[in-house]
Amino acid sequence: MTITIDDVAKIAKLANLALTEQEKTAFAAQLSAIVDYMEKLNELDTSNVPPMSHSTLSAETYLRPDQPRKSLGTETALANAPDAKDDHFRVPKVI
Amino acid sequence: MEYEAVIGLEIHAQLLTKSKIFCACSAAFGGRANDDTCPVCLGLPGALPVLNRAVVEMATLAALALNLRINETSIFARKNYFYPDLPKGYQISQYDQPFSEHGWVEIPTSERDEQGRPIEWRKKRFRIRRLHIEEDAGKSLHEGQDPYSYVNLNRSGVPLLEIVSEPDFRSSWQAYDYVQYLRKTLQYIGVCDGNMEEGSLRCDANVSVRPKGETKFGTKTEIKNVNSFRFLQKAIEYEIARQIEILSEGGQIIQETRLWNERESRTYSMRSKEEAHDYRYFPEPDLPPLKVNQEWIAAIRSQLPELPEARRERFQKQYDLSMEESMLLTQTRSMADYYERVVQACGNAKQSANWILSELLRELKNASVDVANCPVKAEDLGRLIQLINTDTISGKIGKEVFIKMFETGKPPDVLIEELGLQQISDVTKLQQIIDAVIEANPKQLSSYKAGKTNLFGFFVGQVMKATQGRANPQLVNNLLKERLG
Repeated sequence: MTITIDDVAKIAKLANLALTEQEKTAFAAQLSAIVDYMEKLNELDTSNVPPMSHSTLSAETYLRPDQPRKSLGTETALANAPDAKDDHFRVPKVI
Repeated sequence: MEYEAVIGLEIHAQLLTKSKIFCACSAAFGGRANDDTCPVCLGLPGALPVLNRAVVEMATLAALALNLRINETSIFARKNYFYPDLPKGYQISQYDQPFSEHGWVEIPTSERDEQGRPIEWRKKRFRIRRLHIEEDAGKSLHEGQDPYSYVNLNRSGVPLLEIVSEPDFRSSWQAYDYVQYLRKTLQYIGVCDGNMEEGSLRCDANVSVRPKGETKFGTKTEIKNVNSFRFLQKAIEYEIARQIEILSEGGQIIQETRLWNERESRTYSMRSKEEAHDYRYFPEPDLPPLKVNQEWIAAIRSQLPELPEARRERFQKQYDLSMEESMLLTQTRSMADYYERVVQACGNAKQSANWILSELLRELKNASVDVANCPVKAEDLGRLIQLINTDTISGKIGKEVFIKMFETGKPPDVLIEELGLQQISDVTKLQQIIDAVIEANPKQLSSYKAGKTNLFGFFVGQVMKATQGRANPQLVNNLLKERLG
């Protein structure tokens, strides 16, 4: 198995996910299968192939002119926030 | 054992664009909380970033000014971590293919004595590892016992340059001089306002020490939370001393982030590297690679102004100034421009420097005004210096006129006329005044005649007093000598 249960636990922690032991075992097996499958690519020599970073390969980078536009405004920005106060998003203390 | 410090610096500079880096929200500072936000900078699902042209222009300017090699293709990458002021859960930055690499600056640097005065300026080259483009996060506020934090996302998506040096600094003052120079350069080219207190320029320092002669690096700590140049220098100095003390007692340095506490003048451990983040960088799928061609670079290179160190060197040579004077006069681009306009107006580089560095700087400081908004026009200051050199007014009166110029913004000729301050160089008139002075002081006259020649100064003083300082001093001297024999 390429991906161990410890790897899954670490990835879950970094992704802020709480997994049960059963899930960890299941995901370790599934992720291993995926990674093993991708390993097949190594059978090809790609040393002279540049990585494809994007599916749309345009020659020029599109750049936006530096012109500010009206924003959403405080009320709209906070409208869907689970908690807000005094024009701010309110979250559990993080310091 | 003798130790040597090794310091590397990481600088974040907010760019002076009108809009944010990936959306058209205003990038202006202040304003109502969360007002300048949109789906892109709020991190709402489905929103896509579009790169701001001015960001690439400013990054190019900065890279060229700091002698970095610009990569024709650079890649945006996601830096993943969770924090409430980072709504997407990742920061769009650049990682293994940054905008530019391998730069350097060659600048004067000096250790300082106990009073903070430079000891000896020496030019030194400091290498810059990379300069890349990224977005700023929002701002979290935490207040006292309040169990909540408050998040303002106006700053989310404001463009930043991250400028990473090589570990080339061996003392806190070298680091200080470098950051000062970088700030000056970014201000000269107009890409960052350089305000450390307001956070538009931020600096983190990596500090380690090692026995002198050792080539391997020691374990480093990272200092954050420094919001002024002086604090940066003090924090590095403290950290060097702290590490040397630990090592000389046989202890070990722990790799960690430490926060500077100004009130207590010391650093505190923030978190050890064990809990440190694993950022899982990967190429940003929402943005194509950034391509910059040679024409683009050449076009921007032609916009580069004379850079601070080149200008300082030229000032020193062309105007015969000291290192200190040339540094002060090139502190900001507006100061350097102002100086050159004064020189042009009066034709005397040394006097121009003296007037600016003593009279003008004092008045600007007292009024808390920047030279860019100086009420005295450079041409008017040049004219004032001319008026003194041609004996229209004395140097002493010149200083009074200058204060009035600063208060009113009026040109010197107008003020001299209004206040009746022209120097009296009329021989007949001065002779009358001298006669009156001598008549009024018979005792001093006879003492003088009896050989107390040092009373000469007394007579000069009386004449100056009688004319409110307006008498031409050279002429008074000559006339008095004639009259007293």
